[in-house]
Amino acid sequence: MTAPLVEMRDMVKSFGGIKAVDHVTIDLYPGEVVGVLGHNGAGKSVLMKMLSGALQRDGGEIYINGEKATINNPRDARNYQIETIYQYLALADNLDAASNLFLGRELMSPTGFVNDAQMEAETRKILARLNPNFRRFHTPVAGLSGGQRQSVAIARAVYFNAKILIMDEPTAALGVQETRMVAELIEQLKSEGIGIFLIDHDIHQVKMLCDRANVMKNGQLVGTVKVDEVSEDDMLGMIIAGKCPPNAIPGPGALQTA
Amino acid sequence: MTDTPTAASAPPKPRTFFSALEIDTRLLGMIGAFVVICLIFNFLTDGRFMTPRNLFNLTIQTASVAIMATGMVFVIVTRNIDLSVGSLLATCSAMMAMTQTWFMPDWLGLGLNNPATMPVAVVVGILTGLVIGAFQGWLIGYLTIPAFIVTLGGYLVWRNVAWHLTKGQTIGPLDENFQLFGGINGTLGETWSWIFAALAIAGALYALIQSRRTKVAHEFPVKPVWAEVLIGAIIAATIVGFVAILNAYEIPTARLQRIYEARGEVLPEGVIEGYGIPISVLLLILIVIAMTIIARRTRLGRYIFATGGNPEAAALAGINTRLLTVKVFAIMGMLCAVAAIVASSRQTFHSNDIGTLDELRVIAAAVIGGTALAGGMGTIYGAVLGALIMQSLQSGMAMVGVDAPYQNMVVGSVLVLAVFIDILYRRRTGDRT
Repeated sequence: MTAPLVEMRDMVKSFGGIKAVDHVTIDLYPGEVVGVLGHNGAGKSVLMKMLSGALQRDGGEIYINGEKATINNPRDARNYQIETIYQYLALADNLDAASNLFLGRELMSPTGFVNDAQMEAETRKILARLNPNFRRFHTPVAGLSGGQRQSVAIARAVYFNAKILIMDEPTAALGVQETRMVAELIEQLKSEGIGIFLIDHDIHQVKMLCDRANVMKNGQLVGTVKVDEVSEDDMLGMIIAGKCPPNAIPGPGALQTA
Repeated sequence: MTDTPTAASAPPKPRTFFSALEIDTRLLGMIGAFVVICLIFNFLTDGRFMTPRNLFNLTIQTASVAIMATGMVFVIVTRNIDLSVGSLLATCSAMMAMTQTWFMPDWLGLGLNNPATMPVAVVVGILTGLVIGAFQGWLIGYLTIPAFIVTLGGYLVWRNVAWHLTKGQTIGPLDENFQLFGGINGTLGETWSWIFAALAIAGALYALIQSRRTKVAHEFPVKPVWAEVLIGAIIAATIVGFVAILNAYEIPTARLQRIYEARGEVLPEGVIEGYGIPISVLLLILIVIAMTIIARRTRLGRYIFATGGNPEAAALAGINTRLLTVKVFAIMGMLCAVAAIVASSRQTFHSNDIGTLDELRVIAAAVIGGTALAGGMGTIYGAVLGALIMQSLQSGMAMVGVDAPYQNMVVGSVLVLAVFIDILYRRRTGDRT
């Protein structure tokens, strides 16, 4: 088997005396959607934030394409073509779509000024592909609907050729129509060979979109399953009780029943 | 998927007169308020308010606060506040006054009014402002002490550092060349003012044409040509009117005679000269242009607004928000120094009370000009207009003969009212900037 796109080995992160992430090891292959599940506070977001550079890890190693990677801040993560789509935090509400899409990576004119026209043109192009209904290029994104805002966030990842995508409950704030749009987009990105970590609460959606799922509880990995081989109830059992079904690969957080 | 998404996605716009012009309605509102204030005071003073002389004075009285207000926009946009600007102004002023009256003439033995004194003093002042501003920014950004506390401390510290440096003395008169920044003692004269007007009009028209070209090149919707021409004409007329007013304020004959005598010439019969643009106002105009370019066309400006809109999003986008805070306060410090140049040279000496209460005027100017204290929103021109509105209220009332305590009561009420109107405006336009 080829080296995984991402391998996070033995990741540790503590806040004060609480181990938010306690020796977790997970991996991700190209063209794969891997769910990261668990209750609030299970440590799934913290684990993903160590990959996106938003948090610095206390211990553990990250390998990208089999090579050891140094990720200490969001810029490092971007250099490895890791992009994150956050649930709420990622847009500056007072700026328009183009400014948000290119935030931190503005296109510059030869004279050294930000090239707004060029950025708007690129934004129009990519959004025409992702969300043809998107019209409001000059209003601050505060005035946009949840789906339109999510389009901007996803456009950012697509535009910069993400190889590894972290989606933190991408459909939590969306309506039915918009959720379907995001689901279609995930399928499309997957077919292009992008690896996706999907943090989600909705078991049904995980079952639909993911290939594999990692379940976390109290900062520890309960286990990893192939989504097709287990039922929704099995996964719920892992999330709530930490009980692994027989065809799961148990982790250190699995309930010891012997 | 269409081949021309830009054309397809162009929203169908109702082409009414004002929407075609695409003018910021808030800007119109503030200009309207300013005009109304001028007309009322002009009526109350039997036409003395809108004389070239008074309007000239209004511009030089506004310059110092307006210069600092442009920096306060960045500070407030990044969700901070700076209460120390008046005190910082005093420290910069003290440093510059000592450079002029002690360091250069006595310590270096260059004597009074040496040509090197003015530039050295300016550099000393700006460095002082830069270092103190950056230091406060570091306390706020890296040590995460709230800006309110750091600058409240700064308010007490820097005012009295100025007192300590000068041993509490008034220092003056300042260097003659330095005094050119003070307003009436340094103006461009009629010819140079018209040259400046011509350059400004050329620059503005070039920017308009360039912006239209870029839009056409990217196939974005553009304004109708008549709207562009009308805007260009309005800008040109405003510049010409502004310079004409300042040129119309004539230098008194006795003073003109002295100027000619100093040049070794005799004043010819019947020669009348206007003051033209004061150098302090020219300085303000250049700062407004530079700060507007920073706000709109540079990464720094983009990051300032992004951080104000959503600090977490900015940090996740890889923006170093701590360093950004240092930069913003360093800019504020430098602008305090520039304001100190204008303020101290206007009164021709350094005094302990220079810049007292300026922090409140500066914050009020920025807020009246539409800068939201919640962060993320504000314009440079708005802050300058805010400063102008406050100053015109204050000097108008002084001309009418309102006592200073009543003046302050009115200005305070106007501040609150202006913010309330702004809230109503935003509610109506659906939170549009």
